[in-house]
Amino acid sequence: MSEANNILIVGEIVNARLSSVTSELLNAGGRLAGSLGQPLYAVLLGTNLQDAAQEAMCNGASKVFLAEHPLLNEENVEAHVTALQQVAEQVQPSIVLIGRTQLGRELGPRLAFRLSVGLAQDAVALTVEPGTQRLLVTRPVYGGNAMAVVTMTCKPQIVTVRPKAFEAATNNKTIEGELVRVAVEIPNSVVRTRVVERVAQETAGVKMEEARVVVGGGRGLGGPAPFAELEKLAKLLGGAVGASRPACDAGWVDPRFQIGLTGKTITPELYIAVAISGACQHMAGCSGAKVIVAVNHDTEAEIFKQARYGVVGDWRKIVPAFTEAIRELVS
Amino acid sequence: MGLRMIVCAKQVLDPETPSSVFKIDRATKRAIPPPGADPVVNGFDEIAVEAALRIKASAGGTITVVSMGRSFAMDVIKKPLAMGADELILLQDDAFDTVDSFIATNVLAAAVRKIGQFDIILCGRQASDWDNAQVPLGLAELLDLPCLPFAKNLELKNGSVRIQRVTPDGEETLEAPLPAVVTVSNEFGEPRAPNIKGIMAATRAKPTVWGLPDLNVDLTTLARTELVDLYIPARETRCEIIQGEDDTEVGRKLALKLREAKLI
Repeated sequence: MSEANNILIVGEIVNARLSSVTSELLNAGGRLAGSLGQPLYAVLLGTNLQDAAQEAMCNGASKVFLAEHPLLNEENVEAHVTALQQVAEQVQPSIVLIGRTQLGRELGPRLAFRLSVGLAQDAVALTVEPGTQRLLVTRPVYGGNAMAVVTMTCKPQIVTVRPKAFEAATNNKTIEGELVRVAVEIPNSVVRTRVVERVAQETAGVKMEEARVVVGGGRGLGGPAPFAELEKLAKLLGGAVGASRPACDAGWVDPRFQIGLTGKTITPELYIAVAISGACQHMAGCSGAKVIVAVNHDTEAEIFKQARYGVVGDWRKIVPAFTEAIRELVS
Repeated sequence: MGLRMIVCAKQVLDPETPSSVFKIDRATKRAIPPPGADPVVNGFDEIAVEAALRIKASAGGTITVVSMGRSFAMDVIKKPLAMGADELILLQDDAFDTVDSFIATNVLAAAVRKIGQFDIILCGRQASDWDNAQVPLGLAELLDLPCLPFAKNLELKNGSVRIQRVTPDGEETLEAPLPAVVTVSNEFGEPRAPNIKGIMAATRAKPTVWGLPDLNVDLTTLARTELVDLYIPARETRCEIIQGEDDTEVGRKLALKLREAKLI
């Protein structure tokens, strides 16, 4: 067996294009490749992968492996891990980067255990230790209260990377790469999990994960009705509305709008948190915001420790006055 | 003969610990529990116990709770029994004090093999201390089982399990044959509080304790990760509190301030 000597990005495809996370992984992987003097590769799984493969090369992959199989068109982790095991055995990567997406957060642990190697989940920073050349992975733990730096003791070192933790790779159209088809065998019997139904709900307006401004509401709002007030504000700012876990668990807001450790990670320019105390499980999802504004009646609320601007008082009066003033300013 | 259920439950530092008293010993790379603060059963694992109790109520069966660690606060780790679980197995050994998910999962898998027969393994979606979310999927790999993660509800029927879960843009329903691993998410709902009868029964109950020699597992070759550092990130405490006569005025002033900062 030859020595592991490349960095392999596991790409994901959305509507025949590379997902934004994949482009972020190619950027992160490219930096590691530079530090380690190893080539950057990508693997794409599914069918009709040519266009995405071209994109991956423009994003810095010098080789793109195509694992084409109809069973890989679905987000089935059992089919994906079976294929990736075969790809990893052939490509011999020293590092495998996977996006911590719906699929990735299952694929990472599955692949690590399948290959009997170590995994670091939810990386927010990746560095190569000078001298030892070890990969150091920084990941939030204790709900974001602490950061752990982890290294893996055998190869490949598998990492799932938090979306938006890295900028997307810059597109360079002059780069040429090599396409390599990998024959993967996926017996039907490995797929034991069946999707019975998949319901996609349309999100009106801007998506929270992509919004420049997000307005979040918490337990302190007391019920579902006040979220209409936040909607008004968000609409004025061209932003989106999200919620803390207690507001979602109480059934006030659909869980797909949850911001936090068990919900979505947002990285807006401006996050306005209304009646949110700032439990670290919530902050884990919004600490990537450039500026946090907190509106809370409790001066001691944790949210003020991470906010740039704070308003202490009753949101019932503050939010309408704030919204009205914004309306005047933007008109 | 009802269903045989195994629930994995972890004792963790209370995640509600305010960040102001959350401390780390950087030398040993461990969190220091605040004085007088009791640990808790990982919240997601309590929901897994709740899921098992609901299955038991509708279809009958037995619930075995397995927990792994170096030491336990007995009244804390017995909570699943107080909620209504039938049996508690503590995997207790100095060697089980690990933050390496590969080691932990192999120990748990050895315990599951020793238990023998089971229909379903229920776990919380992740532990609120290390947030790894690796163990359930790793168990599925080591025991060659399907795994359905992040359930907001589940249903057992005709030898299979069906779950619904929240996805980034909606919802999906998945099904797998039993035996299987299922992890539950907070959308499942609140776990029940133990009643007096349950608490009394749990107080009397003696957990089964298995140490390393009781399990067919060799830890010497299992470490896959090394914890290099653990630290509390520096927080910028420079929050500017907008002052004003009343709430209406501060609301307006906030808008002006954000305009001034070119944020809106």
